[in-house]
Amino acid sequence: MSQATTLRCRKCGREYPLEPINLCGFCFSPLEVNYDYKAMAQMVNREKLSKGPVSMWRYRDMLPVEGEVVDIGTGFTPLVKADNLGRELGLDNLYIKNDGLNPSFSFKDRVVSVAVTKAREFGFDAVACASTGNLAASVAAHAAKANMKAYVFVPANVESGKLVGAAIYNPVLVTVDGNYDDVNRLCRELTKKFRWGFININLRPYYAEGSKTLGYEIVEQLGWRAPDCVVAPAASGLLFTRIWKGLDELSMLGLIEPVNTHMYVAQAAGCSPIVNAFEAGSLHVHPVEPNTIAKSIAIGNPADGYYALRVARQSGGGACAVSDEEAIAGLRLMAQTEGIFAEAAGGVVIGALKKLAAAGIIKRSEHTVAVITGAGPRTQEILTDIVKPLAVKPNLASVEEALNVPV
Amino acid sequence: MAKRQVMFTFPTELIKEPIIFDLGVKFKLVPNIRRADISESKGWVVLELEGEVKNIEAGIAWLTGKGVRVDPVTGDIMEG
Repeated sequence: MSQATTLRCRKCGREYPLEPINLCGFCFSPLEVNYDYKAMAQMVNREKLSKGPVSMWRYRDMLPVEGEVVDIGTGFTPLVKADNLGRELGLDNLYIKNDGLNPSFSFKDRVVSVAVTKAREFGFDAVACASTGNLAASVAAHAAKANMKAYVFVPANVESGKLVGAAIYNPVLVTVDGNYDDVNRLCRELTKKFRWGFININLRPYYAEGSKTLGYEIVEQLGWRAPDCVVAPAASGLLFTRIWKGLDELSMLGLIEPVNTHMYVAQAAGCSPIVNAFEAGSLHVHPVEPNTIAKSIAIGNPADGYYALRVARQSGGGACAVSDEEAIAGLRLMAQTEGIFAEAAGGVVIGALKKLAAAGIIKRSEHTVAVITGAGPRTQEILTDIVKPLAVKPNLASVEEALNVPV
Repeated sequence: MAKRQVMFTFPTELIKEPIIFDLGVKFKLVPNIRRADISESKGWVVLELEGEVKNIEAGIAWLTGKGVRVDPVTGDIMEG
């Protein structure tokens, strides 16, 4: 049985029953799942957790689900000691958490696994989302596993090639004759009209909890210690805040020492509302118009922006934006030093890490984790100019000439 | 009657203008403010607008034309 007790407003603290709702009726702030941590502490310990399934569901006692879960094999992705990349950046204890190795190739599988499980518990027979990328693929994949219908809404002008990663799972793909804002508005209206589990609207409080498992895993894979620094990308800001919540919960449950992790948020300069607010010393995240190749993190009006900003500040961390060129350089550097091919958001993380290390903000000896949220093939169109093969004739002399070495 | 929850972000030059009052009168909308933060240079207000759908749409278009940014309180739904 889950230890979730209520939904609680993150701003004013009002409590609501565990239902498919996402906003406080009083102050319109987001709701989050509240737990009975005393009871949870009785149920979990290091030994029990480490004997659980090799997936995010080893932490099921710390998640807000009741019955059988919808699992496509998500989580417990590798935490790799990145010595080669660390040498390049001047970091002795660098790790890469490679969440691009989830079943649908992004960290979204963590959140969607929880959200679709809850959708089934709430009696929805369909789930829906608005996305052209990672979220769409994950929702469609989980709906297929759960034998549920999936509706994916996209603007009509999106190239069909971008939708292959979702279409393979056979969701109902709906193209909307309008721009991103029109799709946003339509989807909010649809949640009032149809009895669907809308993944990041009425299921958002539960969806959010799936991200905590990324924090749990990092700690367990480091031998039950929280890292000194985490560098993670932010789109809506939700993942960033929930990694922190995950670390905080482990400490609260007595599974690790008090957390002293510095959280650094990484954004693309073409869409960096949270970084802008951090640098301006503002408490408010002003929305921006996105303009970056890192589409998976291009959210101009981040729902959890204020809370991500607060985590960066409270943890003694920071915020860093990088240009698209720096992001691509980051992608290539990680691939060429560690053999890890990430999507554009991963390049933003490595670009930010490089800047933070060069400025001495992240120290050489600190145990630092760079969070990679998606795999490279999904955004390989941004790297077309890297393919420069040596053309040879099918004989040894030609190879010898092209390679300039004796064969 | 319909309801829409929105956030207005005001630029400096509009801080002193009674825009929410004007919006209510001009488009027959009832604004119900839930959160706000206004300084000399910038301000935002989270509120609910109640009225006819076409008036809400027209009012938001009028505001946008004046330079006020209007966003949904849920943040962006569309994700990558």
